[in-house]
Amino acid sequence: MYAQLVKSEGAKPREEMTPEEIAFQERIDRGEKIEPKEWMPEGYRKTLIRQIGQHAHSEIVGQLPEGNWITRAPTLERKAILLAKVQDEAGHGLYLYSAAETLGVSRDELLEKLHSGNMKYSSIFNYPTLNWADIGAVGWLVDGAAIMNQVPLQRTSYGPYSRAMIRICKEESFHQRQGYDIMMKMAAGTPEQKAMAQDALNRFWYPALMMFGPSDKDSVHSAQSMAWKIKINTNDELRQKFVDQTVPQAKYLGLSIPDESLAWNEEKGGWDFSEPDWSEFFAVIAGNGPCNEERLGARVKAWEDGAWFRDGLMAHAEKAEARRRAARVAAE
Amino acid sequence: MAGAVDQAAFVEWLQRIGDNALILGHRVSEWCGHAPVLEEDIALANQALDLIGQCQLWLGLAAEVEGRGRTADQLAYLRDAVEFRNLLLVERPNGDFGQTLMRQFLFDAFHIELLRALKSSADPRVAEIAAKAEKEVAYHLERSADLVVRLGDGTAESHARMEKALKSQWPYTGEMFLDDAVDAAMAQAGIAPLPSSLRPAWERTVSEVLAEATLAHPGEAFSHKGGKRGVHTEHLGFVLAEMQFLQRAYPGAVW
Amino acid sequence: MSSQWPLWEIFIRGQHGLNHRHVGSLHAPDAEMAIRNARDVYTRRNEGVSIWVVPSNAITASSPSEKGPLFEPSNAKVYRHPTFFDIPEEVGHM
Repeated sequence: MYAQLVKSEGAKPREEMTPEEIAFQERIDRGEKIEPKEWMPEGYRKTLIRQIGQHAHSEIVGQLPEGNWITRAPTLERKAILLAKVQDEAGHGLYLYSAAETLGVSRDELLEKLHSGNMKYSSIFNYPTLNWADIGAVGWLVDGAAIMNQVPLQRTSYGPYSRAMIRICKEESFHQRQGYDIMMKMAAGTPEQKAMAQDALNRFWYPALMMFGPSDKDSVHSAQSMAWKIKINTNDELRQKFVDQTVPQAKYLGLSIPDESLAWNEEKGGWDFSEPDWSEFFAVIAGNGPCNEERLGARVKAWEDGAWFRDGLMAHAEKAEARRRAARVAAE
Repeated sequence: MAGAVDQAAFVEWLQRIGDNALILGHRVSEWCGHAPVLEEDIALANQALDLIGQCQLWLGLAAEVEGRGRTADQLAYLRDAVEFRNLLLVERPNGDFGQTLMRQFLFDAFHIELLRALKSSADPRVAEIAAKAEKEVAYHLERSADLVVRLGDGTAESHARMEKALKSQWPYTGEMFLDDAVDAAMAQAGIAPLPSSLRPAWERTVSEVLAEATLAHPGEAFSHKGGKRGVHTEHLGFVLAEMQFLQRAYPGAVW
Repeated sequence: MSSQWPLWEIFIRGQHGLNHRHVGSLHAPDAEMAIRNARDVYTRRNEGVSIWVVPSNAITASSPSEKGPLFEPSNAKVYRHPTFFDIPEEVGHM
């Protein structure tokens, strides 16, 4: 999802586990939460840092495609809603960085890894938002896909991550609805608006499907994460659920999903659909998506341009503290 | 009382205060996703949201008083630059974060005095909006003043940047306190204070904050003006081109 | 390389007179700014009326391995819970 390519090992067979590892696994199996500073296998800690970090990076990079349209939102109310929503993404990034920090990595270290390309963010944010309906499509499809993954993650085994997800899910409940609300207006609007809505769906459909990550048969690495309950469902399960949920929603809008093979499968009680083009996915992940350069460039620029601001405030805080201390000494 | 009010002047005046909020809110929202630190990104978004909310109320009232069936959205999206009444200060480009903060502080210190005075406006609708906005703006001022102090008295670089920002924004502050016929009519009707009457309190706040920030007070300076009567800088046209694009390109569409 | 702003733990008391509750953390150069940042980050939806901020490194946590000795004894003190006592229905609400 927001952490599409987090690699972990295959699940360790029980007979190879140390007694500590066995006790740890049993706690997870009993549904206990693992809290900071408690013993955990190094692999668990590392995988979590990568996953939570990627998730956090996705939230803050994810501000950019929607942020594009804040200054062009078509009404004052739409402007306020969009701004509030993008602000929430920043907040969610902040909660997630905080969760990662409890694992002994600082936010600045994580940002450094993002900026240097050593950590990734979700492929979806490397696609452009080209018309106003894209803002609807992002809320409806991208947030819809994200929610599908985040709701089960509220039960993840790591306490701080689980608590961050609970807060995020609570706040995100309006995001998908506002997106669909835009789509409803556009789909029921002028022919030009309807064309924008269809265009947005055409461009975002497959990238949204890619958000769940490669097919289970190609991602052998998730077994350990599932045993540790830092991944709850498989990529394909979630993708199927997403398609089943979205098809009737598109139908209600009178828009068509850009997949000629889409067909109801009575036997499985779900829709059959075409796989996204995975070579495109890997190209985007490798840095060759339509907006990789702009997105990462914008984040690096914000960070570098802001250095004097962060340093200035820190310097003032230190000076003020020194003055307070001197005053106390003088008073004694 | 209300009967004695010159309606055209009232509408004009409401657009001034509404446009200030709209254009400054727009500028602040441009930072979304690009601020120096995540906490600041979130704080700025709150501020932009407050301003956009205020603009909806002021322009909504302007449309109501005007009585021609227009809405706040139509005022925001379908007037050209020459019909906008905001101060030049708020349409100035964001520049670096220091410029943005200084612009915000100089405006907040004025905005709070204006809103405080408006709480006792003879028009209860004005008083009501002012009471709501005042709480928000008190916080804006607390934040911007504190950050100006901290950055002025921070590192050599932050000091230099704030000094530069002050120098470039200062000539745009005089316009806030210029009285014209519209202001006189509003003051006479008891709706709003004369802008010039707000200057001493503003001066006090600004002098105190600059002193604490170890920034030199620029003193008397040349003052640019024109926004209040629709003569803007070149920047506003670009703001509107961006903001109004959809409404202009697809007239009559519902969003 | 600039130094990172310290981390703060944020506690917020909600509208209904409850205790302050830990809601999360954030970065700020000092306590005063931590309070302001907390207001902007953690009360976006009217969540609070009072904010406490504590430097994260000032918090001393109970050691996880002592979880048993620290908390299990209170499990035995069932009389601390109101449901321990059977009150006849005729007495009314208590």
